Amino acid sequence: MSTIAPSPWEAVIGLEVHAQLLTRSKMFCSCRADYLGLPPNSNTCPVCLGLPGSLPVINEAGIRLTLRTALALNCEIPQFTKFDRKNYFYPDLPKGYQISQYDLPLSLGGWLDFEVGGRSVRAGITRVHLEEDTGTLHHAGEIHNSTFSLVDLNRAGVPLMEIVGEPDLRSPAEARAYLATLRQVLIYIGVNDGNMEEGSLRCDANISLRPVGAEALGVKVEIKNMNSFRSVLRALEYELTRQREVLDEGGRLSQETRGWSELEQRTVSQRSKEEAQEYRYFPEPDLPPLVISRAQVEEVRAGLPELPAARRARFQSQYRLADEQALLLTARPGDSQYFEEVVALGVTPQLAANWQLGDLQGLCNTANLPVEKCRVGPAPLADLLKMIEGHEVTANVAKEVLAQAFETGEDPAELVRSQGLGQVSDTGEIAVMVDQALAQNAKAASDYQAGNDRALGALVGAVMKMSQGRANADIVNQLLHTRLPRPGG
Amino acid sequence: MTLLEEPIRELGRRLREREISAVELAEEALARAKELDPTLGAFLRVTPELALEAAAVADLRLQEDPAGAPILCGIPVAYKDVVCTEGVETTAGSQILRGFVPPYSATVVDRLSALGVVPLGKLNCDEFAMGSSNENSAYQLTRNPWDPERVAGGSSGGSAVAVAARLACVTLGSDTGGSIRLPASFSGVVGVKPTYGRVSRYGLIAFASSLDQIGPLAKTVEDAALVLTAIAGQDPRDSTSVVAPVDGFLGELRAGVKGLRLGIPKEYLEVGLDPGVRAVFEQSIRMLEGLGAVTQEVSLPTTEYALSAYYVIAPAEVSSNLARMDGVRFGPGFAGATTLKEAYEQARHEGFGEEVRRRVTLGTYALSSGYYDAYYLRAQKVRTLVAQDFDLAFAQVDAIISPTAPTAAFRLGERTADPLAMYATDVLTLPANLAGISGISVPAGFAAGLPVGLQVLGPYLGESTCFRVAQSLETEARIWDRLPPLAVAPA
Ligand SMILES: [Zn+2]
Repeated sequence: MSTIAPSPWEAVIGLEVHAQLLTRSKMFCSCRADYLGLPPNSNTCPVCLGLPGSLPVINEAGIRLTLRTALALNCEIPQFTKFDRKNYFYPDLPKGYQISQYDLPLSLGGWLDFEVGGRSVRAGITRVHLEEDTGTLHHAGEIHNSTFSLVDLNRAGVPLMEIVGEPDLRSPAEARAYLATLRQVLIYIGVNDGNMEEGSLRCDANISLRPVGAEALGVKVEIKNMNSFRSVLRALEYELTRQREVLDEGGRLSQETRGWSELEQRTVSQRSKEEAQEYRYFPEPDLPPLVISRAQVEEVRAGLPELPAARRARFQSQYRLADEQALLLTARPGDSQYFEEVVALGVTPQLAANWQLGDLQGLCNTANLPVEKCRVGPAPLADLLKMIEGHEVTANVAKEVLAQAFETGEDPAELVRSQGLGQVSDTGEIAVMVDQALAQNAKAASDYQAGNDRALGALVGAVMKMSQGRANADIVNQLLHTRLPRPGG
Repeated sequence: MTLLEEPIRELGRRLREREISAVELAEEALARAKELDPTLGAFLRVTPELALEAAAVADLRLQEDPAGAPILCGIPVAYKDVVCTEGVETTAGSQILRGFVPPYSATVVDRLSALGVVPLGKLNCDEFAMGSSNENSAYQLTRNPWDPERVAGGSSGGSAVAVAARLACVTLGSDTGGSIRLPASFSGVVGVKPTYGRVSRYGLIAFASSLDQIGPLAKTVEDAALVLTAIAGQDPRDSTSVVAPVDGFLGELRAGVKGLRLGIPKEYLEVGLDPGVRAVFEQSIRMLEGLGAVTQEVSLPTTEYALSAYYVIAPAEVSSNLARMDGVRFGPGFAGATTLKEAYEQARHEGFGEEVRRRVTLGTYALSSGYYDAYYLRAQKVRTLVAQDFDLAFAQVDAIISPTAPTAAFRLGERTADPLAMYATDVLTLPANLAGISGISVPAGFAAGLPVGLQVLGPYLGESTCFRVAQSLETEARIWDRLPPLAVAPA
């Protein structure tokens, strides 16, 4: 018999997240910020092409969205900020430098609260700053054997926000939860679309190990090329194991940058510390420093929408929803907005929650649609749910009608009326069916009277079948109980 | 006598009274360039079709509304080759930009075009405006029209010579450390370095972004004021351009210098002034005093550090500004290179001249980690002190006067082997760039047959005062219309 010794190592992880901002134009010119799907190099101008003589002009919207993010992440906004040039050569960098921020970023020192395994964790945010995105390269074949590469500058100059996290994360799972929560906040406040696959949200990680209880940090490895939550988790897990094995064998780690290979499911060394880039930062002389007034900060703060955590708490208290339901209904702004619209139309919150998270969510998942994009809007759903509440339609019929409306876009309440699917609550009409059911199921009737509760289900089922699901279940039950009195019952 | 000897106002009158047409004026300018420029080397390329087309349009405009047409309508101009011109090759005097045809024009070009000027072509300069003699052009030598064995001054040498030899009425240059004022002094023309931010830099191929300014070179102070009035003013495409009125350049031009306090920085007289230059300067002082100006000594104590600070800050910005010249889109390419690093090295080694490579190297070094504080940061502190020196001086005086350069035009090749000697050429001009203030060089006299300029420095946005002083000296000295020998076509 063996026990696994607890690992003497503790992971120290910090994430650097890059998020493209949802501005209309690029950061320093008037080209479109939404470049996807455009012919190569068509979304360009002298400024984002970096043509000699061109000059950048700050897009105020980029500043505003960065401030918005910084405030949502509880950062301080210094009064004085500036842009700097980060100098390095690469074919996707048209000017040979990236306009970024170095020592005086737009914001400093915030935090993000998130949950992992039912535990609440707070991780520090070092800074949120603003820079410009690079172009993209298209290699002929794999990069190591391609004979040429094509440069597309459609993306060059798109506003890119960098959110640098403190090394406060202690496991790959925490890193994943942090990233998911951060992504949710960015989507909530409307600054980023959260699309990791298409690269509008990107994540790099720094990870090191140190003996449990130690203060000093171990040798740091930077991991790049993770383009999904899954790859963040996998890459960090892989790296954690790799580093632990090296250390357990008494080996030494080297400070380096490693890339995550999705294909091989491992990290591969890209650059050692010695080869580290020298960026030669200096203040961007083409852009005067910015003074951010307190009034401007307060204006942005006042414009912040309700954040996910606050909304989740409010859903629990205001609508008396269970934590799990509140969590699911506030996952995305689209979910909670849909829900609140249905409730605003007079539907009981619990019923609305059950249906949105149940049948409707199921249909949406199958169709791969967000709820706000599906063909059943909040108003038609509310009409249908109110029919249930008013005993005008049974839940079973409503489910079928909803599925049909989801496919065709028809109005569900109208479907109920036009197809005569309304609930039957006429006692006389139901009594006829009950009597017929009793006649055809004499054994079930006597079984029930003999004490077998389950036999009643068969009788109710028979009536429902006869009524095509429309019979009012309460009346059916009531009539059956009257017809089949049980001794002492 | 050629039409191009006339000041703009006189040409404007003659154009409006139909004594001459803009096309005739353009044809004369083009003919002179064809005849004289093979010797002078001012133009890198002449654009006759564009000139004649613009002249024909200007004629229509002058015909339709003689009184309403802008004063610059029909006036032949030319641009230093660091100013982007849509559809016209713009090389900045560098091999690496050979064949670069900008898809857009600089704001200054747009503004002048809108007024109906006639563009003659692009003017030679030191590569990326780095140099004091025009000997760093990758394409050709520009000769001084007063003595073909001497330099034109740089880096706007072509711009100065084109005006001095009466090939163009006015030209635009750029001044980063004296690149307008120095060649203006060497060639005997007026050159204006506006206050930093006065003129849009959009479309100016950057040398050192925090120091560069575009400005006019002209035969007379008034011509220069006319052109600066036209090109100055805030531009939404240049975030460093400033909002400020420009009406004083012409409005106060003839207000004289009576009662003006003129400072003479003692440190500027301690830089090894050539005796001939000193004599012209002393004569200028007497002239201005005779007109009622009050001169007094002022001190600019950080002058001796300004040159060093400049040669850290300017190269630092150069190293970054020129990074886009990486061989991918500009230059001869990198055939045969096997790695990306090799490709960059090859493209930049072949594409850049020696002086550019030297400054890129200096700047890269100054910005490197471990050296940044000792060089770049320290140079920025010196820059602040230089600006404070000027602030203190301008609390006592209205303008500062000095020779524009320690010497008149030197011989071709005289300083090419000694970069430090070449750098020292700008010792009296570059402090104004570090401080961001205004300055003019105006022809003041001759030393051994070579022109010598007087530099007038004004405070931030103080161009009007500079123009007043320069205009007074021009009127008193009466030499502006003297033609250099090479401006005269052989009979
Ligand atoms: Zn653009």
